[in-house]
Amino acid sequence: MKSSKYYLSPFSQTLSSLKKGDIVVLMKGITKRFPGVIANYKIDFDLRYGEIHALLGENGAGKTTLVSILYGIHQPDEGEIYVYGKRVHFRSPRDAIRMGIGMVHQHPRLIDTLTVAENIALSLKDAPFINPVPNVEELIKEYSEKYGLKVDPKAKVWQLSAGEKQRVAILRTLISGAKILILDEPTTSLSPPERNDLFEAMKALVEEGASIIFISHKLKEVLGISDRITVLRKGRKVGTVSAEESSPELLIKMMLGESKPMSIGLGLGKAKDQLHKVGHKVGKKILEVHNLYVLGDRGEVAVKGVSFEVREGEIFGIVGVPGNGQRELVEAIVGLRKALKGVIRISGVDITNKGPLAVINMGVAYIPEDRIKYGLVLDLTIAENLILKDYRRPPFSGRIMLNTSYISKWCLDLMRRYDIKTPDINTPVKYLSGGNLQRVILAREFSHNPKLIIAFRPTYGLDVAATEYVQKLLLQEKQRGAAILLISEDLDEIIELSDRIAVMFEGKFMDIVPAGRADAERLGLMMMGVRFHEEDKDTCGKSL
Amino acid sequence: MTNVIAKQIALFINISIKAGTPLLLASLGEIYAERSGILNLGLEGIMLVGAVTGFILAHSTGNPLIGIIVSLLAGALMGLMHAFVCVTLRANQVVAGLALVMIGTGLSSLLGRSYVGVALEKPLRPLKIPVLSEIPILGEGFFYHDILIYTSYVLVPLLWFILYKTKVGIQIRAVGENPAAADSMGVNVYLIRYACTIFGGSLAGLAGAYISLAYTPMWMEGITVGKGWIALALVIFAMWDPLRAVLGAYLFGTTDVLQYWLQMPLQRRGIDPSILGTLPYIATIIALLIGSFERIRKRIGAPASLGKPYVRGE
Amino acid sequence: MKKIRIRVERVYEVPLWLRIVIPIIAILVALSIVAIIFLIQGINPIIAYAEIFHDAFLTTYGIKFNVVKLIPLLLCSLGLSVAFKANVWNIGAEGQLLMGAIAATWIALFKLKGYPSYIVIPAMYVLGFIFGALWALIPALLKAKFEVNEIITTLMMNYIAMKLVLFLIYGPWRGTTTWKYPITDEFPAEAQLPLIPGTLIHWPSLLIALILVPVIYLFLKKTKIGYEISVFGLNPNAARYAGINKTKVLVIVMLISGGLAGIAGVGEVAGIHHRLRYPSSISSGYGYTAIITTWLAKLNPLLLLPTTFFFGGLLVGGDVIKIDLRLPSSVVYLFNGLILTSLVSSDILLRYRIRLLVVGEEDDKCHS
Repeated sequence: MKSSKYYLSPFSQTLSSLKKGDIVVLMKGITKRFPGVIANYKIDFDLRYGEIHALLGENGAGKTTLVSILYGIHQPDEGEIYVYGKRVHFRSPRDAIRMGIGMVHQHPRLIDTLTVAENIALSLKDAPFINPVPNVEELIKEYSEKYGLKVDPKAKVWQLSAGEKQRVAILRTLISGAKILILDEPTTSLSPPERNDLFEAMKALVEEGASIIFISHKLKEVLGISDRITVLRKGRKVGTVSAEESSPELLIKMMLGESKPMSIGLGLGKAKDQLHKVGHKVGKKILEVHNLYVLGDRGEVAVKGVSFEVREGEIFGIVGVPGNGQRELVEAIVGLRKALKGVIRISGVDITNKGPLAVINMGVAYIPEDRIKYGLVLDLTIAENLILKDYRRPPFSGRIMLNTSYISKWCLDLMRRYDIKTPDINTPVKYLSGGNLQRVILAREFSHNPKLIIAFRPTYGLDVAATEYVQKLLLQEKQRGAAILLISEDLDEIIELSDRIAVMFEGKFMDIVPAGRADAERLGLMMMGVRFHEEDKDTCGKSL
Repeated sequence: MTNVIAKQIALFINISIKAGTPLLLASLGEIYAERSGILNLGLEGIMLVGAVTGFILAHSTGNPLIGIIVSLLAGALMGLMHAFVCVTLRANQVVAGLALVMIGTGLSSLLGRSYVGVALEKPLRPLKIPVLSEIPILGEGFFYHDILIYTSYVLVPLLWFILYKTKVGIQIRAVGENPAAADSMGVNVYLIRYACTIFGGSLAGLAGAYISLAYTPMWMEGITVGKGWIALALVIFAMWDPLRAVLGAYLFGTTDVLQYWLQMPLQRRGIDPSILGTLPYIATIIALLIGSFERIRKRIGAPASLGKPYVRGE
Repeated sequence: MKKIRIRVERVYEVPLWLRIVIPIIAILVALSIVAIIFLIQGINPIIAYAEIFHDAFLTTYGIKFNVVKLIPLLLCSLGLSVAFKANVWNIGAEGQLLMGAIAATWIALFKLKGYPSYIVIPAMYVLGFIFGALWALIPALLKAKFEVNEIITTLMMNYIAMKLVLFLIYGPWRGTTTWKYPITDEFPAEAQLPLIPGTLIHWPSLLIALILVPVIYLFLKKTKIGYEISVFGLNPNAARYAGINKTKVLVIVMLISGGLAGIAGVGEVAGIHHRLRYPSSISSGYGYTAIITTWLAKLNPLLLLPTTFFFGGLLVGGDVIKIDLRLPSSVVYLFNGLILTSLVSSDILLRYRIRLLVVGEEDDKCHS
C-alpha cells in the first residue's frame, strides 16, 4: 500500500527542508484578458509555507481567474509563475497536480454517478490499473481518520450532501499528494457548523505542512481563519495585509474603494426601518401551501409535508443549505414539478399540478435560481426574452401574429425603467453582463405588478451593486403590496429582508419565526438539523 | 420428431447470433465512444467502408484475415476523422455524424464499383469448438461459428470489465458524465475521447467486414441495410452497458431469422413477403421505446455530456 | 526584444462578410478533395468541374433540370427548417416524401381514377401532405411522450417507407401493362401535373414551393407559434416555464415538416415519373440533401432559395458525373458528405479567432 509521500519524490527533499515563511508559490505580473474584460492585471501574489492566505474580493474581482491560472485551467497572457522556486508553465490541471497543487472548486467538481472511491481513483497515479477501488477505499479510510473528514467511500456522489461533497474534494487533493491547496469559496453550500468543521480541518492540514489559498468574499470568515489577506478589486491587486493588522472597515475599503461609504448590507437597514415606520400593514393571504409533498429527481421525497402562507405586503423567507428541498418546493409552486400530495393555492385558487401556465395567469412572478437555464433564452433578443410570459395576450399579439410594433415600444419602456444597458433591443441577450441579465428577468417579471413574487436566490453571483439593486427592488415591491416568497442560503440576507423566516432542512420546516426574534446562531444550527424545544417559542410564527 | 425441432432451435440460435454479431460489434464500439461523450452517428458509413475494404483485400489476397485487419484500420481512420472534427474542431456532432454516413456511403460505392455482385471465394469459415460444440442444441447454436464471432464472445466480458473495473474505464465514464470535473482531476479528456471514438470506429469497420466476409460473402452497395442505425438504437436499448448490448443484438438477430422463416407462411396466404423487410426497423423503434421506459423508470440516462463539445475553461 | 504570442479566443459577434466567406471556403475545400479523387480516377478535375458547372448552371438545359431538382429540395428544406428550429432532427424527409408519393399513386390509380384534373391534382397534394405528416407524427409523439430519440425513429421510418413502396410495386400495385417490371401503371393524363412548356418543370409544385418560402419565413418569425418554436428549440426549460406545451410544438413542427416532404413526393410521381417505382428512382436522396441545404441556410427560409439552387445544380452535376465520367451516382453522397463535413468543421472559425499579441502593448492584429 503506497502512501502518497511517494508522489512528490523530486520535491520531498525540498519539502522536508521547508520552514515557515518560505515562499512556495510566487506569481508575478499575472495578466489575463477575456473578450471584453481584463480579468487579472499585473497581479503579484505569493504563498508561504504553512500559511492560510485569503484572496478577498467581491464577485467578479478576478479571484477565481487567478487561481485557475495557477491550476492550469487558463494560461496567463503575461507574467510568471514559480512553484518551490522553479519556473513553471502549466498547460493543464495535470501539470499542476503533478507539482502537488490541488484545487477544490466552489461547486465541487465530482462525478455524480460514480462512487466516492471511483472519483478518487480517477486521478490517483498510484492506484492499480485493474480493480483500483478496494485499494482506494483503504486510502480513503486512512486519510479520513487522520484529518477528520468523514465520508463513506462506497456512496455515490449524487447521494451526498454539499458538505460531504466538499470533504470528498478535499480528500481527493490530499490523497493525490497535494501540499498546496486552493479552496475556492468552499463555504458557499455549507451550514455554519459545517463551516466550522472545515476550518478545523484547514488548521489541521496546515499543521501537517500544507499551504492554503482560501478564496472568499465573506469578511468574517476571512478574518477568522487567515494569516494573510490579499484583496483584489476589478482585476487588480489592491494590497496584501496580515490578518492581525486588518479590520473589517479596512478590508471593505480595499474591496470596494473609497466611494462606498457603508458596509455591505447595512444600507438596507435604513430602507427597512422606513417601511416599519410607515406602519406597513399585511393584507390577505396570497400564497397558501398546505401539507405539500414533492418528489426529487431520483425518486426520493424532497419536500415532506410543508405548510405555510404568504400575505400581501410581507416577505416570507425560507433559509436553508441548498439541496434540502428548496428547489423542489419552488418548482412545485411554480408548476414546473409535480406535487405528490398537498395543496397549493394562489389567491384562493387551487393551482396544484395545473402547470406553469395556470400559475402565470394568476399573476405570479418567478426569479429562478438558475437564470440562464430557466429564465432566459440566450440566443434570442432582449425583446423576445421580455415577452416570454406575455406574448399570448393582446396587445402583444393578435390571434396568430405577434404585434411587433407594440412589443418594441413596450420593451424600450421597460429597458428605461429598469436601466438595462444595451445599444439595441434586438441584441441577443447572451452579450449582456450578469447584472443586466438579472435586470431583464426582473423587468419581465415585475412589469405587470405581480401579486406574488417568488425569488429563488435572486442575488446569487451578483456583485455588491447589483445585489443592492435587487434587494431594494424587492422591498419596493413589498411596499406596493406584493406577497414575496424569498428563498436563499444567505442567512444574513434572509434576516435583513424577511418579515417571517422559515428554516428548511431535509424537506421540512424546522421552524417559522418572526424576523424580530431571529437569532442567527440558532437559525444556523437549525439549518443543520438541530431541533429546539417547543417551550422556547410562542406560536407567533405559525399563524392561522 | 424432437430431433427435427432440436435442429430447428439450434439453427435458430445459430443464425440469430450470426445476424446479431455485426450489430453487437458496432454497438460495443459505439458504447465506448458515447460513454466518453462523443456521439458517432456515422456508424452506417463506417460499416460500409469496413465492408468494402475488407472485401477488396480479402478478394485480392485470398485471405479473409487480411480483410479483417484492413477493415479495422479503415474504421479506425474514419473514427479518427470524426474525433478530429468533434473533439478538436468542436463541431456539431449530429451533423458531423450524418456527414460521415454520406461520405461512407459514397466512398464505399466508389471503391466497390468493380466488385458489385462478386462473391468471395474464400469467406470466413466456421470452426467447431471441441467439446463445447457437442452440447445438444446449444452447442450447435453457440459454438459453431467463425473466429469473428468467437472474438465477439471474448470482447463482451473484456469490454465490460475494462469499463467498470479498471482505472481507465472509470476515467472514460467520468469524461462522459462531467468532462470539466474529470479535466480538473487531471484526466486527459481529449485523449480519452479520441481513443474511444477511434476504437468505436474500428469496431464498426470490423462489423462491416463481418457482413462482407462471413455473413453474406460478397459486395454490393448498401450491404449494411441500416444495421449501423440499428446499432445506434441498440446502444440506447443497452443503456450503454456491454452486457445488455449482447441481449439486444441477438434479439435483433432473431428478427432477421424471422424474416426468412415467415416468408413461406405469408406467401401461402397470398401476402407478398417483402413486407417482412420492415421487421427489423419496427423492432428498432419498439426497442427504443422499451429503452425509454426503462430509463424513465430506473432514472438512468445517457452520459451527461453526450454530444456536447468540451472546452476547458468555458 | 518584443515577444509575439498566439492566442485563441472565443468570439460572440461575427461580421457578416465572414459568415458568408467561410462557408464558401469550406465548400471549396470539399471540392478540392473531390478533385483529388477525380485525379486518382484519371480524370482531369478542372475539365470535370468546368463541364459540371457549365452543364448545370450555364446552359438552359441545365438550368431547367436544376429547377426540376430544386422543387423537392426546396419543399423538403422548408419543412426541415421548421423542424430544426425546434431542435428536432427530422432525418425522415426521405420516407415522408415516399409516403406522399404513395398517397398520390393511390389517388391517381385507384381512388379518383378517371376524375378530372381540377379534382385529382388538389386531392393528390392534400393527401400527400396528410400522409407525409402522419408519417412524421409517429416519431413526434414518441419523442413528446417518451423522449425517444427522433433521429433513429425518423430514419427507421425511412426504411419502412422504402419497404412499403417495394411491397406495393411488387405486390398489389404491380402494373398490369408493365411486363412484370416492379412499377405501377402510368398515371392517367388527368393525374399528371402540367409542365412548363419546353421543360420538365411541374409548375404547380414549384408554385407551392415558392409561395411557401415567405410563408414559412413569416410563420417562424412573426407568429405566436413560431415564437414558441424558437423558444422551445433554444431553451426547452425556459419554454416549459413559459407554459409552452412541448407536445404541441413537437407535433406541429413534425406535421409541417412531414407534410411538406409529402408534397415533394407528390410532385415527383405526379410530375415526373407518372408512376410509383423503385424508391431510389423517385428520390435521389432529396431528404438527406435537404439537411445540408437547410444547415447551409442557417435555418433561414429566405436563404433556402440560393442554397437549393446551388445544390440542385450539384445534383445535375451528379448526373453528369454518372453519365460522362462513368462513376456510380452515389458519389454524389460522398460529395455531399464532404461538403457537410467541411461546413460543420468550419463553424469553429466562426466561434473563435486567432490573435497575435505583441507583449507589453495592446497592439494586436486580428487573423481569422
